[in-house]
Amino acid sequence: MEDLLAARMQMAVSLGFHIIFSCIGMAMPFLMAISGYKYLQTRQQVYKDLTKAWSVGVAIFFAVGAVSGTVLSFELGLLWPTFMAHAGPIFGMPFSWEGTAFFIEAIALGLFLYGWDRLHPWVHWSAGVVVGLSGVASGIFVVAANGWMNAPAGFDWVNGQAENIDPVAAMFNDAWFSQALHMTLAAFVATGFAVAGLHAILLLKNRDNIFHRKALRIALTVGAVAALLQPLSGDISAKDVAERQPAKLAAMEAHFETSQPAPLVLGGLPDEDKKVVNYAIRIPGMLSFLAHGDFKAKVTGLDAFPPEEQPPVLVTHIAFQVMVLSGMLMAAIGLLYFLLSWRLPHLLRRNWFLWIVALATPLGFIAVEAGWTVTEVGRQPWIIYGIMRTSDAVTAMPGLAVSFYLFTGVYLLLALILVWLMKRQISTLPEKYPSANLKEYVTVH
Amino acid sequence: MLLVVILFLALSLLAYVLFGGADFGAGIIEVFSGRITRKTITHAIAPVWEANHIWLILIVVILFMGFPLIYAQMSLYLHIPLVVLLLGVVLRGTAFTFRHYDAIQDRSQIYYSFVFKLSSLVAPFFLGVITGALILGRIDQEAVTFYEAYIAPWFHGFSFVMGVFTCCLFAFLAAIYLVGEAETQAIKAHFLRIARNANIATVLAGGAVFLVAEWSGLPLGRMFWHSTAAFIAVVTATLSLPVLWWSLLKEQVVFPRLLAGFQTLLILGAWFWEQFPVFLQYADGTYLSLVEHAAPEATLRQLGLALIVGSLLILPGLFYLMKTFKAKRTVIKDRA
Repeated sequence: MEDLLAARMQMAVSLGFHIIFSCIGMAMPFLMAISGYKYLQTRQQVYKDLTKAWSVGVAIFFAVGAVSGTVLSFELGLLWPTFMAHAGPIFGMPFSWEGTAFFIEAIALGLFLYGWDRLHPWVHWSAGVVVGLSGVASGIFVVAANGWMNAPAGFDWVNGQAENIDPVAAMFNDAWFSQALHMTLAAFVATGFAVAGLHAILLLKNRDNIFHRKALRIALTVGAVAALLQPLSGDISAKDVAERQPAKLAAMEAHFETSQPAPLVLGGLPDEDKKVVNYAIRIPGMLSFLAHGDFKAKVTGLDAFPPEEQPPVLVTHIAFQVMVLSGMLMAAIGLLYFLLSWRLPHLLRRNWFLWIVALATPLGFIAVEAGWTVTEVGRQPWIIYGIMRTSDAVTAMPGLAVSFYLFTGVYLLLALILVWLMKRQISTLPEKYPSANLKEYVTVH
Repeated sequence: MLLVVILFLALSLLAYVLFGGADFGAGIIEVFSGRITRKTITHAIAPVWEANHIWLILIVVILFMGFPLIYAQMSLYLHIPLVVLLLGVVLRGTAFTFRHYDAIQDRSQIYYSFVFKLSSLVAPFFLGVITGALILGRIDQEAVTFYEAYIAPWFHGFSFVMGVFTCCLFAFLAAIYLVGEAETQAIKAHFLRIARNANIATVLAGGAVFLVAEWSGLPLGRMFWHSTAAFIAVVTATLSLPVLWWSLLKEQVVFPRLLAGFQTLLILGAWFWEQFPVFLQYADGTYLSLVEHAAPEATLRQLGLALIVGSLLILPGLFYLMKTFKAKRTVIKDRA
């Protein structure tokens, strides 16, 4: 395997692995806090047990996230030393704040997990909220740094060196807000739907279980609200990318030729050699509208860029379609949930609905992974957009395939163990928490 | 602001060695004691290890933002030991967490424990190897072969003896800490025994570091000998060991911990002082310095600000965390 490809693959695997834990770390504490709040309000044991059961999940995932995040902070240098030698002083600032946020998160989590009977109930609960807030802050800081790679700011590039460095301007680059908003919502969608799906699967086996139904209600509500907000944030992102990184937008949409108006290409298989998209559905003028808010606007195509500055189209386009489709499906499920639960009082007991939610379990994380593929592959061939090429940033050390296989193997193993651990956690719920056995029989017509 | 940033770098290193080091050391102790110490170790580490671990992340962030060239060159030439260190960090953290939280206690505990113990040895060893390689002066920018460029800089007796010293020091720190955490007299006696052995091993390994340095043409001993401050620091650290043992045998809990921490501060401080401002020594005699190779002032200002504000936010929280779980141990001990 070529070294550049190995380095990119290792980075992709490490990020793709870590991002799952970041999302859970951002959103899961809030699910936990909602359940904890309900417990403090109602004093129903089932909410306390649910909070505890979820917090064990948070603890396990947080630990894996903490170490896989450490790996990333080293990998930036191990794989891209030239990039870091230039970029470190410019875009390092959000990382320095992320360190603080992460520290607070670890402290608050320690207090929450081990402080059940030692802290005042509301102090304890607040610790849980702080875990979530600092998790979200961490996520926003890291995404702001990534935003800088897409929208470099806060320096002058003179003869291959950065001058007049302004880390504040770099942190608040043009992409930070749209990316951070989209990522934060995505974390809530993905975690909400994954947790809801898991409890829906358990409800399908045990339809009258109160514990899982309460869990499902909290998780699905959070996931559904976020899923319904996400298209708005997606629209902000699309218009932003169209403005700043037209080549990325063109790759996302497989828009090979500049045109006015431009059609929206749905699905299809881009052929990068012939510059056509096969088997696609086209909606006339729609891309013009989505990118610029005007059905007749001109949309720059890939032909406006020299071949050596075009991102890979096939991967970017497919990843983008996968992300949008998953997002739409979840928004639809969310809408269905809100509309029907208003009309059907026992919606969460109906097999067909539980099946829908169960099938949607992985959708959110599929969307997250696809979305990151879009933003990272769509930025290629640049590591700092328009400034430094990825191929110029990679380490001089040869044989990177070895470390790629090594880390991939370790992460694969960890992922398998985590799945197995979760199964064991779930299988022991009834013995650990009496309330997990509570049932409520209602006849549903 | 450069001074503030360097100070935070030094403090983070110290904090990681003291707290993160003690967590690794607890794993090393388990290698030598098996099941009897497991419960104490789990209880002592579980609430705090993630917070302790973040000092490492802080070190990395300070390096790549404040001293980008040092970070980049380290990452390039010490790629291999850094990867091994990372694998150690990942496996230690996950194995410990899995062992602690696994809902079913069966044979899998044996595998978690094995990985936990192994990685608790590997990570500190390679931390020492990397530290050794930074001062050894075998990093060669003109290197042609793979061996010369990426292996020779660290594959050396001096780095290895630094690795052994780091493991001994971490085990020593952990033992001193765990003595005060022991639930029963028997376990306490066990930790005291381990602390004694680790103490002897640390002093011997420390001596070996100077000897091997001398054989390798690294004038470490002479450097310390010529700097009054560094010399006094190392001598004080060594001579205060009997005080430490006296206080341990007097069953004091807090004082031995503070003293062991102070001794570590002296050793690390002497080393830092001796090296300063050199951070990475090349084979041709040139070096990367914390002063000359720092980031521009605008960056250092923001980094320093983030570190100051961050520590104002973190330290009360950290103190509260430690205090909350300290109280718990006292209760258990009284009952026992």
